[in-house]
Amino acid sequence: MKRISVRTNFILTTIFVIGSGFFLLFADNTFGDYWSRIITLIAIYAIMAVSYTLVNGVTGIFSLGHAGFIAVGAYTAALLTLPIQQKAMSFFIEPLIWPLNSIQIGFLPATIIGGIVAAFFAFIVGYPSLRLTGDYFAIATLAFGEIIRIVIQNSYSITNGALGLKGIPPYTTVWWSWGWLLVTIIVIGSLKFSSYGRALRALSEDTVAARAMGINVFKHQLTAFVVSGFFAGIGGALYAHWLTTIDPRPTSLGIMLTFYVLIMIVLGGLGSISGAVLGAIFFAIAAQWLRIVESPMNFFGITIPGIPGMSMLIFATVFILIMLFWRRGVMGKKELSWQYLYNLFLKKVGDQD
Amino acid sequence: MIKISEKKSVLKLENLTIKFGGLTAVDSFNGYLNKGELVGLIGPNGAGKTTIFNMITGIYRPTFGNVIFNGMDITGMKPHVITHLGIARTFQNIRLFSEMTVLENVLVGEHSWLTNFAARKALHKHDPEEYPRPRWKPWFWSAILKTPDYLKMEKEMKSHALELLKAVELEKYAHLSASALPYGPQRKLEIARALATKPSLLLLDEPAAGMNPQETHELLEFIENIRKKFSLTILLIEHDMKFVMGICERIYVLDYGKIIAHGLPKEIQNNKKVIEAYLGDEIYV
Ligand SMILES: Nc1ncnc2c1ncn2[C@@H]1O[C@H](COP(=O)(O)OP(=O)(O)OP(=O)(O)O)[C@@H](O)[C@H]1O
Ligand SMILES: [Mg+2]
Repeated sequence: MKRISVRTNFILTTIFVIGSGFFLLFADNTFGDYWSRIITLIAIYAIMAVSYTLVNGVTGIFSLGHAGFIAVGAYTAALLTLPIQQKAMSFFIEPLIWPLNSIQIGFLPATIIGGIVAAFFAFIVGYPSLRLTGDYFAIATLAFGEIIRIVIQNSYSITNGALGLKGIPPYTTVWWSWGWLLVTIIVIGSLKFSSYGRALRALSEDTVAARAMGINVFKHQLTAFVVSGFFAGIGGALYAHWLTTIDPRPTSLGIMLTFYVLIMIVLGGLGSISGAVLGAIFFAIAAQWLRIVESPMNFFGITIPGIPGMSMLIFATVFILIMLFWRRGVMGKKELSWQYLYNLFLKKVGDQD
Repeated sequence: MIKISEKKSVLKLENLTIKFGGLTAVDSFNGYLNKGELVGLIGPNGAGKTTIFNMITGIYRPTFGNVIFNGMDITGMKPHVITHLGIARTFQNIRLFSEMTVLENVLVGEHSWLTNFAARKALHKHDPEEYPRPRWKPWFWSAILKTPDYLKMEKEMKSHALELLKAVELEKYAHLSASALPYGPQRKLEIARALATKPSLLLLDEPAAGMNPQETHELLEFIENIRKKFSLTILLIEHDMKFVMGICERIYVLDYGKIIAHGLPKEIQNNKKVIEAYLGDEIYV
C-alpha cells in the first residue's frame, strides 16, 4: 500500500482548507441569507458534535450533559455582549446583578470567556461524576445537565429566568463559526493524534489494561471532559449569537439539544472527528428539509395539516434504526484522511499490503 | 530450602492477605525476589496466583500485609503509579487494545514516560538523596501545541516502540490491528507493551497458555532473552510444569491461598505436598 507522506498530507489539507474558505465566501455571497444562516449553523453544530465525540467517542464515556455546557457558554457570552440598555429593558422581573449590568465586551473575548466558564462547569460536573462508571455516569451527567438548566431557569437576577435573553447581537457569521470550527478541529484533532489521545483510546477499550500501562484513567477522562466542555461552551456562545434569543426550555438549550448532537455523532461514527462534522452537516440540512413535514401539505387537492413535532419523531426513528442496524455510522472510528480517500478510490485491485 | 541474602530484594511480600467476603483468597503470603531472578509461582486453579499479581500491581488492596518494592512500601498505591515505579505485567486472558494497531499498543505503554510525575515525587519522598526533586512539565499542552519538545519525544517514543517490536519479532505487523494477530504473537505483543513502560520487574501471568509445544519452546528462549537484554527481574505464573521447571530458578507453590512449598525446581518436583495438591490433575504431575 502506498502511504501518503506527512508533507503531501499537509499540502493537500492546506489546499482543502483554503478551497473551503473560497467556497464559503462564494456561498455566503450568492446563496442568499437563508442559506448563509444554514451554513453558519452547520459549523456551530459541528463544533458541538466534535467536542461531544471527544468524550462519547474517543474517551468512550457516555455523557448526556453536553447541552448543559452549551447553555453555560451561551448564557455567559450573551450576558457579556448584550447592550447595557437591552439588559435594563429585558430584566424587568429582577434587575441584573452587578457587574454584569454595566459591562459590554466584544464578541471574541465573550466567546472565549463562555468557553472557559463552560470548561469550569465541566470540571465541577466531571470531578464527582467520573467516579462512576457506565450507565451511572450517563445518569449523573444527565442530571447535572438538567440541574444547570433549572438553575438558569430560576436565577432571575443573572439569567432572566424563564423569560430568557432577547436582543442578543447577531454577531455569528459564516466566518466566526467556520473559523472556530477550524480551531476546534485542530485542537481536538491534535489531542486525539497525540500520546494523550492514544491513552484516551486505550482506556476507552479497557480501563484495567490502561491502568496497568500507567495511565491515570480518572485524570485523563477528566481532562477530555473539560476540553470538551470548553468547546461546547464556544459552540454555545456562537449559537446564542446566531439565535439572538435564548431561553432555558428543554427543547432549546436542554436535553433535546444533547439528543440532537448525539444523533450527529452516532450518525457520523462515534469517535471520528470528520464523522462528527459530516453528521452535523447532514443533521442541519435534514432538519431544514424536515420542516416540510411540519407545515400543511397539499396532496392531490387534500390538505393535510402540519403536525408539530413530526420531525422529532422522524429523527428519533432514524436514531433507533442507526443504533440497531448501523452502529458504526458513516466513518466508524476512522477519520476522513487523504490516505482514507486514496485507499477508497484510487487503490488498484491487488494493491494490498 | 535455599538461603539467599534478602538485602538485594527487588520485591518483598510480607504477610500478604486478601479476603473476598468469607473467602481468604491469599493467606499470609511471604516471598521475595532478588535482582535479576526469574521466579515461578505455581499452583492449581483458583489457588490465588493472579490475585497476588493484582495486589502487587495495585488492582486489589490487600486486607493485611505489605508489598515492598526496592525498599519502598507500595501497598495501596494506585496501579498507574506502581507501573511508573517500574512494575509491569501481562494478563492471563490477553488484554490488548484490540482496536489499535500493534505499534499503537506499544506506544500506549510509553505514554507513562510523560505522566510519571506522581511516581517520581513518591520516589523523592522515599529517598531524597538518590532521587532528586522531580520537575513537572506541561506535557499535555506541549502535546496539543505540538511543541518541538513534544515532537522530539514522540519521535523517540516511536523509534523505541519499533525497537521493542523488533525485539519481539513483530515489526512487520506494526501497522496491523492488534486483534488481527494470532494468539502466540498477541502474547508477545502484550510483553512488548509491558516492556514499553521501562519496568525493572516484570510479572507474567501464564505466558504460555494456549501455545503449542513449539511455540512454548520459543517463548522460553524469548523470555530468557528479554531478561538479559532489559536486565529484568521476572515473576511468572504458569501451569505448564515443563516450562516452569525449564526456566525458573526458584518456585513458590500456592494452594488455597497458602504457600505449600518453596524451593528449587528439583525440590519442588519431588515434594509430596505439591504432588498431592496436583493429584487428579494428570497433566501436571
Ligand atoms: N474480585 C474477586 N472477588 C471475589 N473472589 C475473587 C476475586 N478475585 C479472585 N477471587 C477468588 O480468589 C480465588 C483465587 O483466584 P485467582 O484468580 O487468583 O486464582 P489463580 O490461582 O490465578 O487461578 P487460575 O490458575 O485459574 O488462574 C478464586 O477462588 C477466585 O474465585
Ligand atoms: Mg490466574
